[in-house]
Amino acid sequence: MAKHNIMGLFNDFEQAFQVLEDIRESKVVGVSIDDVILKSPIEHPEIEEVLGKRPVHIQKMTLLGAIFGVSFGFFFLSGAQATFLVQPQGGKPVIPLPSNFVLMYEMLIFFAVWITFFSFLFMSGLFKKRHSLYSEKISLDQVGILLELDDSTIGPIKDLFNKHKVAEIREEVVR
Amino acid sequence: MSMYNEKDINEQIAWAKINADVLRSMENPRKAYWVAIFVCLAMLSCAIVAEYIQYNVGMGPANLNNPHMWDMYIASFVFWIGMSHSGTLLSAILHIIQADWRKPIYRFAEAMTTFSLMTAGFFPIIHIGRLWNMYWVLPYVSNRGHWPNFRSPLVWDAFAISTYLSASMLFLFIGMIPDLAICRDNAKGWKKKLYGAMSLGWSGTDRQWRNFRKTYLLMACFLIPLAVSVHSIVSADFAMSIMPGWHITTFPPYFVAGALYSGCAAIITLFVLLRYFFRFEEYMTLPIMEKTCKLTFAIAMVWTYLNLIEFSSVWYGHDIYNKELLIAKATGPYAWVFWTMIFCGSVLPFTLAFQKLRRSMPTMFVVSLFLNVGMFFERWMIVAPTLSMSHEPHQWNVMWGSIIEWGIVFGSFGWFGLLFLVFVKVFPSVSMYEVKEMVYHRRRHLNEQAAKDLHRRSADAQPNVPGVEGA
Repeated sequence: MAKHNIMGLFNDFEQAFQVLEDIRESKVVGVSIDDVILKSPIEHPEIEEVLGKRPVHIQKMTLLGAIFGVSFGFFFLSGAQATFLVQPQGGKPVIPLPSNFVLMYEMLIFFAVWITFFSFLFMSGLFKKRHSLYSEKISLDQVGILLELDDSTIGPIKDLFNKHKVAEIREEVVR
Repeated sequence: MSMYNEKDINEQIAWAKINADVLRSMENPRKAYWVAIFVCLAMLSCAIVAEYIQYNVGMGPANLNNPHMWDMYIASFVFWIGMSHSGTLLSAILHIIQADWRKPIYRFAEAMTTFSLMTAGFFPIIHIGRLWNMYWVLPYVSNRGHWPNFRSPLVWDAFAISTYLSASMLFLFIGMIPDLAICRDNAKGWKKKLYGAMSLGWSGTDRQWRNFRKTYLLMACFLIPLAVSVHSIVSADFAMSIMPGWHITTFPPYFVAGALYSGCAAIITLFVLLRYFFRFEEYMTLPIMEKTCKLTFAIAMVWTYLNLIEFSSVWYGHDIYNKELLIAKATGPYAWVFWTMIFCGSVLPFTLAFQKLRRSMPTMFVVSLFLNVGMFFERWMIVAPTLSMSHEPHQWNVMWGSIIEWGIVFGSFGWFGLLFLVFVKVFPSVSMYEVKEMVYHRRRHLNEQAAKDLHRRSADAQPNVPGVEGA
């Protein structure tokens, strides 16, 4: 059985959301809302209500980055200070916590920010070749619904797209 | 109530037009843009010549001698660090409080942040004189096993500024990715390759948008305390000494307020220029200018208040050195600088309180320039009078910047301007996707039911939004 990639381009979110509502209500047998990839020029404020909750984990990585940063800061600074005793201490502790807190604070932010950035690159699926059905109209003003389907569901999905005034359908056979 | 009932942006503007207008701006600026590029190049060449002389002759021509070991270069360093706070304010703080009027103008404010930091970074290097030893400012262990003194605020500076520079560059870059994808989809030749590489394969999927939003919010949350810490640490360069005029507890908030103030004033200057150069009248609108001016006015009053606090605490503190210095600032050889600072920083901002003046672009352009003159003098008044009149009377000496110093400072404005102008020509200076969101949201607010749904809580009834179109 051949697999198909199909993308419907819609002129606005309303039409696209009506398609998604129908898919959510299982009007096309064998197609689930979890199969849908929505492509849009902006992020719609109610996207989660239509597509359902899809988790984001970047904040966990940020927390790890922050913890690593502050720990690294402490050990880096105290390690350097503890092995460099010839530096005049002026009667103060070898490892002065108040001034080290300032730098630990900076390192917390430094590592948190960089790990957030790399997590974003990884978790967003960037650095991948764009989908062969990608349309430049999506970066302009159209909303795309992308699905991978088999022979039995391609017809009903096309009908659903047409029912909700699809502007353009793009399709390719995968295998 | 305002006598003008205008909107921040025309919410009926089509998404395709937003793309077209911003992309056109990158191809077809007014001739004045090229004149500005030429002026910046001329200014930069002054700095190059001055630095060439200083490099070959030594620090003598810069007049840097005891007691004026810090002077114009460090004042300029503080000024440019301060300028960098505009992007954080406009982009991160206003993003978190969901002030959507920031959307058409935050991109260039973020760019300002990055380029101001890049300009500021030159001054400690120029100040140390030996450019070939510039890596000494970095906290590395040398081959003799020496570590930097981590107790020193100067080392804190290196950490804070490098963190701020990298974080603000990432913030600018992440915020641009969806727009770079738009540029990629519309460009040809080498530009398509450039934008294609920089957009990292962005295709606008719901997964990308979800992660993008979360990342942007997280970065904004980190950038705000970072910006505050950076200028607090710069103030610590002074406040942690025991020099009169510097050892003041209000210095960190005073520096942060001054930084936000000069940054906001610079935003007004660049707002007027970009609006003219790129014909952005539909995006950089008068109501947005008014809001920026009101914000600047509020910060100007905070800065004025902190000045008064500083003066009164010195006056009533009865520390003889501090008090003499304060009197000398107001009546001594630097008095004209001091009073110009007070006039430009505390009196001139009252022009921002008048609506008719706020709506006049030429007036705001001139006023914003003078506000920054005041803020530059503020930094000069922090550095120079203390050095000229410290604890040891035999060291008292008034010093004015040499032509070499002024040449380098003057050229730094050219360097900053050049970086900024090249950026706004190569990259979109108005955020296309954010403006689309802005008009989309506002269009929904015109529809009563849609507006209700937009502010619905998750536990409320399911959405029912009739007849609201996205584009």
